[in-house]
Amino acid sequence: MAQAPALPTGFELPLEPRLPRIGSVDQVAVEARATDLSRRSIKREAKLFALDLAVRMMDLTTLEGADTPGKVAALASKAVRPDPSDASVPSVAAVCVYPNLVQTARERVAGSGVKVASVATAFPSGQSPIDLKVAEARRVVELGADEVDMVIDRGAFLAGRYAKVYDEIVQVKEAVAETHLKVILEVGELGTYDNVRRASLLAIAAGADFIKTSTGKLSSSATLPVTLVMLEAIRDVFEETGRRVGMKPAGGIRNAKQAVQTLVLVHETLGLDWLTPDLFRFGASSLLNDVLMQIRKEKTGRYQSPEYFTID
Amino acid sequence: MAELEQRGDRTPIPAAWEYASAPESREIVKLEERYGLFIGGEFVEPRSGEHYKTLDPSSEEPLAEIPQAGPEDVALAVGTARKAFSDGWSAASPAERAKYLFRIARILQERSREFAVLESLNGGKPIRESRDVDVPLAAAHFFYYAGWADKLEYAFPHRRQQPLGVAGQIIPWNFPLLMLAWKIAPALAAGNTVVLKPAETTPLSALLFCDVLRQAELPPGVVNIVTGDGATGAALVKSEVDKIAFTGSTEVGKAIQRELAGTGKKLTLELGGKAANIIFDDCALDQAVEGIVNGIYFNQGHVCCAGSRLLVQESIYEPLLEKLKRRLTTLRVGDPLDKNTDVGAINSRQQLDKIEELVAAGEEEGAEIYQPPCRLPEKGYWFAPTVFTNVAQSYRIAQEEIFGPVLSVLTFRTPDEAVEKANNTPYGLSAGVWTEKGSRILWMAQRLEAGVIWANTYNRFDPASPFGGYKESGFGREGGLHGLEPYLDFREDSADVIGG
Repeated sequence: MAQAPALPTGFELPLEPRLPRIGSVDQVAVEARATDLSRRSIKREAKLFALDLAVRMMDLTTLEGADTPGKVAALASKAVRPDPSDASVPSVAAVCVYPNLVQTARERVAGSGVKVASVATAFPSGQSPIDLKVAEARRVVELGADEVDMVIDRGAFLAGRYAKVYDEIVQVKEAVAETHLKVILEVGELGTYDNVRRASLLAIAAGADFIKTSTGKLSSSATLPVTLVMLEAIRDVFEETGRRVGMKPAGGIRNAKQAVQTLVLVHETLGLDWLTPDLFRFGASSLLNDVLMQIRKEKTGRYQSPEYFTID
Repeated sequence: MAELEQRGDRTPIPAAWEYASAPESREIVKLEERYGLFIGGEFVEPRSGEHYKTLDPSSEEPLAEIPQAGPEDVALAVGTARKAFSDGWSAASPAERAKYLFRIARILQERSREFAVLESLNGGKPIRESRDVDVPLAAAHFFYYAGWADKLEYAFPHRRQQPLGVAGQIIPWNFPLLMLAWKIAPALAAGNTVVLKPAETTPLSALLFCDVLRQAELPPGVVNIVTGDGATGAALVKSEVDKIAFTGSTEVGKAIQRELAGTGKKLTLELGGKAANIIFDDCALDQAVEGIVNGIYFNQGHVCCAGSRLLVQESIYEPLLEKLKRRLTTLRVGDPLDKNTDVGAINSRQQLDKIEELVAAGEEEGAEIYQPPCRLPEKGYWFAPTVFTNVAQSYRIAQEEIFGPVLSVLTFRTPDEAVEKANNTPYGLSAGVWTEKGSRILWMAQRLEAGVIWANTYNRFDPASPFGGYKESGFGREGGLHGLEPYLDFREDSADVIGG
């Protein structure tokens, strides 16, 4: 039997039925759609529902050179009990810290159900040899991380070496095995929505459990249109293969209003099934307090002064 | 609300996320119980002595009593406009005319919320659309033509122009305030006076606009508003006006043209459409789906340029239809004043009957109908967003203008076939082309017989862009420089031509 021509690696998974096209994104139209959806008016119980969900979906993050055990311990405590004065406020989904601080975070969240996520693969640039990246990812899992956030090699992606990007994700996925893998595209460096779509499909094909917008190290990150483009890629994969991939916008989501708008986007693009921390996360450092403030406002009808919310 | 459904050992998935109702307040609109005709800057009792009730189509609740102007009332309005024309308006300095138009534009902006609420109340369209589209565009038209009022000699160089006199204008119910702006702004900028007849079912924003005119201190008689049904429109066509501008159905447009033949009165017609929205297989699919939705469900499909015939390249027919159907399930049909409503009420009983009749015909002819599950309110006029597949070019739903939220889907194989099918209609108002290929957009645009062609977007309007039809969709253009021309008489300026 004649052998089928070899395809470049990275083109076996959900691409076959989609051939001859990966599809493209129209910038003007996708931005218009995101703007339309951001104008949904979410009030009262619908808003409270979204705010509660936003807390449960949050990856409370600190990724700074200045992070210390003290800082991470405080953050982890906050993750478990975001609002000590209101027991009905749930814990967040996870804390996200650098590998050296995974142990500290683990101790603090032990028994609470809050996960510990960490970053690997030469975060945030991804500009290291693959063997180091694989070793790093494996080590992060050994250190006790429940979830690993890796970065793609944007240098390779922008140079058109998609197979390299794909192979690296496959290898990291192998290294972390059952551990939850989030693949950061760093959309701010990809330049176009077409690239965001392409990188999303590439990461999903390579085995990502989640795709994530950004490292949080760039000013341009999880905008609504970018999130929409990624959600649409996830939807296409789900409709063709039945596989559910998660989404994590990170960076730039600083207030409750943005979080609610993002959840509307998820709701109207992927439906209720994605309104769970298993399939959707917010990566954020300063979002939580604004959400807490809004929750208290919805419950009491009054704004509480910021001094009543802890700074961690 | 926050009831959670346990699925296996996963984190619970919510059973629903119902958006709480978010209605825009009606308080801002103060309605009179009974209105008069706006003639000579005053509301006057109709000599006909007749009134009718105008409704909120989403609840069938009566809103106000509206005069039914008879021939005598129309003659009075036209006479008043004539007098205002010769007594000062035609001689007013162009900058003076511009001043009033700028004032009107600004007042419309200032009172935009009031107009948006009223437009949704009386017309059934979602507040989202009246707030974000109708009212801002209406103000934009006044701003745009205000700018031209004192620059007409530069608009049409080497041609000496003068106003026509009195313009009789008849507008439809789908965009009451916006159509009013399309008609009145260029007419006044060119120096004419106006008698305008709003549609029978949607007179309220035009009557509120009279208040804007008074606030702007526009000289009395320059703009007169006569309300009523088709008989009032017919009386206006027969009256002593110098020009008729009509937007509405092709049937009525033809009758007007017959009536005016040989009278020397000028005429522009903006009539029906059955636009092809053409989807090529290389387009951005998800955004094309948005464009299709915006093309046909915007304003409940009560849009003359609606993309009511979807032509899909056969190679992407299935994924596209799947995406479209899925998208339809997220359309929110209901209270027009709710800020989250995407599709509002059908404008009138009569229009609902027409939609139902054509949809029944579609099913009978063998097309396959799809409607997303949605709860329609019990009172009022409602029709669920509808898609017909398996439609043949010969079916009535592919030929006739439905003017409702009903899409007919056909397929094509090649660009040539797309052009052929798109042009195979007596209409020619608009078309949409969706492709990533720039050269194909231009290739298509050259061949499509339509006045407006959108590429990778749909139902976008701008005052600077002319709008109008080919074939039975009418003649004459509104918007842009083209929109001024039908309101002016031209004499070639020979000295200038030689000199220039």
